[in-house]
Amino acid sequence: MFPIVVLSISGIVLLFLGFLKSRAVLLPATLACLVIATVANFYDWNKTYVYFNDMLVINNLAMVFIGIVLLSAFMVVALSGSLLDDEDAQPAEYYAIMLFSLVGAIMMIGYENLLMLFVGIEILSVAMYILTGSDKRNLRSNEAALKYFLMGAFATGILLFGMALLYGATGTFTITGIGNAVNAMIKAQTSPLLLYVGMFMLLIGMLFKVSAAPFHFWTPDVYDGSPTLFTAFMSTVVKTAGFAALLRVLLVCFNASAVYGYWVQVLTIITVLTLVIANITAVYQASFKRMMAYSSISHAGYLLIGLVGLTQQSKSAIAFYSLAYSLSTISAFGILLLVVKSRPINDALVGNQATLTRPDESYEAFNGLARQNPVLGFVMTVAMLSLAGIPLTAGFWGKFMLFSTAVDKGLVWLLVVAVLMSAVGIYYYFRVVIAMYFREGHAETIRVAPFYRFVLIAATVLTIVLGVVPGLFQRLL
Amino acid sequence: MLTLSLILCPIVAAIAVLFSSRETARITALVGTLVELALAAHAFYYFTANADFQYGFDYAWLFNATDGKSGIRFSGAIDGISLLPVVLTGLVTPLIVLSTFKQTYDRANSFYALILFMQSALMGVFVARDGFLFYLFFEAALIPIYFLAAMWGGENRVKVTFKFFVYTIFGSLLMLVALVYLYANTPTTTTGVHSAAIADLYALNLSQAQQGWIFWAFFIAFAIKMPVFPFHTWQPDTYVESPTPATMLLAGIMLKMGVYGLIRLLLPIVPAGVDRWGSLAITLSIIGIVYGAIIAIRQRDMKRLIAYSSFSHVGLMAAGVFSRSEMGLQGSLIQMLAHGINVVGLFFIAELILQRTGTRQLDQLGGITRNTPKLTVYFMIILLGSVALPLTNGFVGEFLLLAGIYAYNHYLGLVAGLTIIFGAVYMLRMYQKSMFGTANTRTEAIADVSSSESYTLLVLCVFVFWMGLYPASFLKLTEPAVANLLQYIK
Repeated sequence: MFPIVVLSISGIVLLFLGFLKSRAVLLPATLACLVIATVANFYDWNKTYVYFNDMLVINNLAMVFIGIVLLSAFMVVALSGSLLDDEDAQPAEYYAIMLFSLVGAIMMIGYENLLMLFVGIEILSVAMYILTGSDKRNLRSNEAALKYFLMGAFATGILLFGMALLYGATGTFTITGIGNAVNAMIKAQTSPLLLYVGMFMLLIGMLFKVSAAPFHFWTPDVYDGSPTLFTAFMSTVVKTAGFAALLRVLLVCFNASAVYGYWVQVLTIITVLTLVIANITAVYQASFKRMMAYSSISHAGYLLIGLVGLTQQSKSAIAFYSLAYSLSTISAFGILLLVVKSRPINDALVGNQATLTRPDESYEAFNGLARQNPVLGFVMTVAMLSLAGIPLTAGFWGKFMLFSTAVDKGLVWLLVVAVLMSAVGIYYYFRVVIAMYFREGHAETIRVAPFYRFVLIAATVLTIVLGVVPGLFQRLL
Repeated sequence: MLTLSLILCPIVAAIAVLFSSRETARITALVGTLVELALAAHAFYYFTANADFQYGFDYAWLFNATDGKSGIRFSGAIDGISLLPVVLTGLVTPLIVLSTFKQTYDRANSFYALILFMQSALMGVFVARDGFLFYLFFEAALIPIYFLAAMWGGENRVKVTFKFFVYTIFGSLLMLVALVYLYANTPTTTTGVHSAAIADLYALNLSQAQQGWIFWAFFIAFAIKMPVFPFHTWQPDTYVESPTPATMLLAGIMLKMGVYGLIRLLLPIVPAGVDRWGSLAITLSIIGIVYGAIIAIRQRDMKRLIAYSSFSHVGLMAAGVFSRSEMGLQGSLIQMLAHGINVVGLFFIAELILQRTGTRQLDQLGGITRNTPKLTVYFMIILLGSVALPLTNGFVGEFLLLAGIYAYNHYLGLVAGLTIIFGAVYMLRMYQKSMFGTANTRTEAIADVSSSESYTLLVLCVFVFWMGLYPASFLKLTEPAVANLLQYIK
């Protein structure tokens, strides 16, 4: 609960800080708020608290997920220095919206009542719609925001409908209550249609938010169109919170084997679809940013494996993977920001007025990067290795933990599919590495602010440390 | 603890290299590898000739979420089977570093650091006692060698090395599937968690069908790494395009990871799978022997010729492993060491000739012997080692291997025996075309080997004779472990 309070108050304070002449104070102030929120979050460690008349239940698992979300936000904010230089940007508002959206994410992670889940998703989503469209003179950004909003509103409708049906079937909104009602129904050997329809609509609404196929069509355009910084934010924070929410509802409400048998079939198909579509499509992308959008879909697929193989192990597996994924994704986008800023706008890509400001985000933008900027090259390489799941990075253990939950449930074929798709993933992640190290280009050295550099290196070191000593994180859970 | 320091020492050295100046990088690297050699030599000298694991370390690594128990452990040790690969890695790496002293490499710090990282990963593969630790190092070894080959290699390096990378990683992923499956099948009765310790994987009771699948997953992974026919298509180009130190690492040590994996994991974990499919695997290996040798005879580029000879020789090792006899296994173990020494020597000599004459094409060479008495002798000794002349190291290995294969199946043994004839043909042809004949403008003023090059070659030649004259000093150390392993298989 403390982080919710901290973030809400500090968001409002930041809005007022926006009136100051100097923008320089905004970034450190936001970072400080996030640090305070993180400390406040772990204040409850090893205790389970119930807040607001059974609306929120915060336990260790929730705190770990909240920690991951806050860490992701901290990194994104730390990489947001360029916002302050941009005349058109309103950094105070952006930071405030980001902090408010985190409140939504925390509600999604810690909800006990489905209403809270709904409110959380809405707070997070509305904030995302705004951030997506924040580059308001850019047509692509506007298109992305509109697309995201329309699709998101539709999905929310389905989600809400599902909740209503669940209420009709069980007479309660609390997930523990629904879980008990489900168990009672199984004992009485009734299987109300209302319950299953409601469950599937709820799941579909949430799968949309984490961009699982076939509900992923908005993702590439939205990720590609929105400013890179906010792409990094939504591809990590929304995903982590979304999976934490899915994990909680499935574990508490629908974990009984009779019900598990129902949804797992559907979810398995969705998982395979997500993995195959995302990885194969990513291969054909010419733009790095768009590739990262598909990569984000594919990681949703890997995380879904942890839900398909739902056991107690899934908790730590999903948390670990979310952390590994967030670290690498934000590092990769951080480097992209630097690279794009350092290069002149590619005239060849300018077709009409709307694309006039479109920067070069293709793989070629990375050509020769590592020769002049070995540190940036290394950071990017580790990020790509981790996303590809190569050993000695956190991504490998994340994948291993997720895969082994599926094998525990006897789904060896799913493991084979996932591993084949990881092999495909290596192909497109390594295109960046090859461009950076083995292609000619990029003679200039990119200047990086010390704190920016520090965050990138810290993320890289953490990725490697977790890759060598995964037990460090596991001891938390 | 000694084993752990074998893994850590190169990493420490690599970090030191990264932070040292450009000029001192090679010296730092050499010192690091010599310390590592001393550690390996210590392990070799004080090794007790029994089937036990020695110098081990064992730490909890990955935890079980529900009860905090650890099923995957960070554990390693040396037994008779891993001893020779460990000695090989310890011995050959300083020689590789020494062989680069005449060359100046662009970004030398990264170059030597990558070699050292590679050494650490290779050591890790050979000493791992946990399936996942093995896998981790098996793949980790790929990253430094990929960068070595792709950054300092020849013209087509990017394309060729990427093929190599994707190919081998695909194989490793199959192994990962197998390991995850085995891990999930280990009983949880004794410890409360699944276990990936190699000893526990040996104890699994899998059905015939399960073993068949696991066999193929492992076999393809290792077959790509070695490589065995028909998984070899990445190999010749990669060997040729890589800078010679990387080629030496690839051919000298890295392909032994595949052979070692067959012995350590494949044979004992899925004995019934080997019963069912072993004859196919041995046939593929023997096809590779003959096929590689025939192509080698037709080659004009020295490096490519040696690459194909290596492909041919490794087929023999794989066939020996699948013969599942004590002779075959002992032979492949000692041949791993012998081949590593010989092939590193041959690639080094090809590089020496290239540096001095500007070409590796056999038809542009000739008449080198006149000016280079030392090179002539060294080249001859190493060459005789690789054509398996009696009293050299190659003879011991090939004799044991062929005896093992012959006992398994007479006809296969006879076909595999062709390797000795073919080997002599292509090796002596290479020697004759490059060293004898009339000198041309490229070769008349060739200089003899310098002192640092001479050290490398001398050490290699000492091992050629030592292993040829007194192989028992190696074989008696490996014998108990091999005998112990055979009990799992039978």
